[in-house]
Amino acid sequence: DQVLHIVPETFQQVQHLQHLCSTLLLDLWKPQLLEDIWAGEDLHIRVPAPLVQEVTDSLDQHIISYKALIPELQELVGQSMRRERSSHRQVPEGYDYTQYHPMEEIYQWMTQIQKSNSELVTQHYLGKTIENRTMYYLQISQPSNKTKKIIWMDCGIHAREWISPAFCQWFVKEILQNYKSDPKISRFLQNLDLYILPVLNIDGYIYSWEKDRLWRKNRSPHMNGTCYGTDLNRNFNSSWGSIGVSYNCSSEIFCGFGPESEPETRAVAQFIERKKSDILCYLTIHSYGQYILTPYGSTTKPPSNSEELMHVAEKAAAALMGKYGTSYEVGSTSLILYSNSGSSRDWAHMIGIPFSYTFELRDKGTHGFVLPPDQIQPTCEETM
Amino acid sequence: DIDGVGHKYHLDLVLEDDLDKDSTVNCTAEVLYHLGNKNIAPDVQFTIEGELKNTDEADNIFYNRIKSLETELVAENIPDSHGNVSPEMEPIRLLAWVASGYVIWQNSTENTKFQLAQIKHVKQVKRSDEYLEFDYMILLHEMVSQEIIPWQMTVLWHPQHGVQVTQDSRQPKHAAE
Repeated sequence: DQVLHIVPETFQQVQHLQHLCSTLLLDLWKPQLLEDIWAGEDLHIRVPAPLVQEVTDSLDQHIISYKALIPELQELVGQSMRRERSSHRQVPEGYDYTQYHPMEEIYQWMTQIQKSNSELVTQHYLGKTIENRTMYYLQISQPSNKTKKIIWMDCGIHAREWISPAFCQWFVKEILQNYKSDPKISRFLQNLDLYILPVLNIDGYIYSWEKDRLWRKNRSPHMNGTCYGTDLNRNFNSSWGSIGVSYNCSSEIFCGFGPESEPETRAVAQFIERKKSDILCYLTIHSYGQYILTPYGSTTKPPSNSEELMHVAEKAAAALMGKYGTSYEVGSTSLILYSNSGSSRDWAHMIGIPFSYTFELRDKGTHGFVLPPDQIQPTCEETM
Repeated sequence: DIDGVGHKYHLDLVLEDDLDKDSTVNCTAEVLYHLGNKNIAPDVQFTIEGELKNTDEADNIFYNRIKSLETELVAENIPDSHGNVSPEMEPIRLLAWVASGYVIWQNSTENTKFQLAQIKHVKQVKRSDEYLEFDYMILLHEMVSQEIIPWQMTVLWHPQHGVQVTQDSRQPKHAAE
């Protein structure tokens, strides 16, 4: 990536730059809004690596001079943190599952995963985010003449919970590397299809990489762009807006202006609604806290299949603990955590999906959202 | 429930040494949350069974290292975005962890659950006496509201005299940007 510094000289140049930025969806660092680009004033834009050539060609064509302000942005951001990596990072054979990856790399990873495992994996369009980015899910499905039940898992509904998308990627890798050799996994795939959404809140995730590591919500603009973000996990149509939310945009648990007001929520909800008669299990992955949470958050009244739900969750927690001794608490959100409404897990259960769980991965607060990469492997292994 | 006073909780807990996971110490505590006035910190009484590990050696190494710095220590984003903390900054992080415990205690109610999320900024303040002083800007994560709250705290430390938070104040949301 590069950050370019441009001082437009004429109004025509300003217009061209505005056009370029809006069509290519370039990241405006300074000013923040297209309308604030003026002749004679500093303009800083971040150009993703794949678009650098196109952008600089266009600038050259219009005789607009520019300087690379931060020529190797990715390097700078990653400098103090990452180890040396091979140049084939995008290829799953060289993909480092024990490091956190930015969204661009996750997009490339999905494409690669499908390419190298085309007999099992297909990538599908789910919808668009508020900032117009494409949401994709991966379908892992063994060809067969019987219709199979579905397990859906989404990660990264909250931007700052980086261990969550890391887990989804790990999960996919584990399944694909071991489905032939591991009898449990191969039996699994004979009877079930897996649908994985590695990053639900793509805009928020990118924002947490580039601007604010502890961002949680999506990036929908409210009040004329003075306030950003809806908590996607308060935005589903499950007792929406009733408890454990805020109606104030500046809150981290702002539930939006109505149930499913956010495109990301709608994209997931519409898909799951369509497939609900075949979906056996809905899993949504969060951090932190080390919990396996069952419905509901909006009421302490237990769900109809409460016993079975708890039984399965308790077995999962025991299996998890068997790996590294990590203890997970099991129970309904409203009883062991706090009250909330509009969560995706509650909604999934309310529309009839029998097994619906929220996983809150490591840790218990020592590192919280900023879990060091050396914990990615053990966290993922035990959760597997 | 204590009528007219507040809610008292009796706790049996196990303290685990963060630096030596096998080292544990049993502890009992009583916590009293006062009714009404949310500006009073909960009362805490506790007893520890046995002794906490002696940390003199590590304390002195850290103390001497900071004392011998030519310019005052300044650092940001501990841990960094990926969760990494350099070895030199680890004691700075631990000190913030302890000091933030005090701030959290002073500001806790039955409806809050705070954790230290990150040190945004730390600056050493030169002193003429033997104490070390650090001015921290930390980010606290409050679990129920999910808010990230910037908090300024001034921390004094000495190997023999322990940790003291001499000043602390909650900051507006944008203070850490």
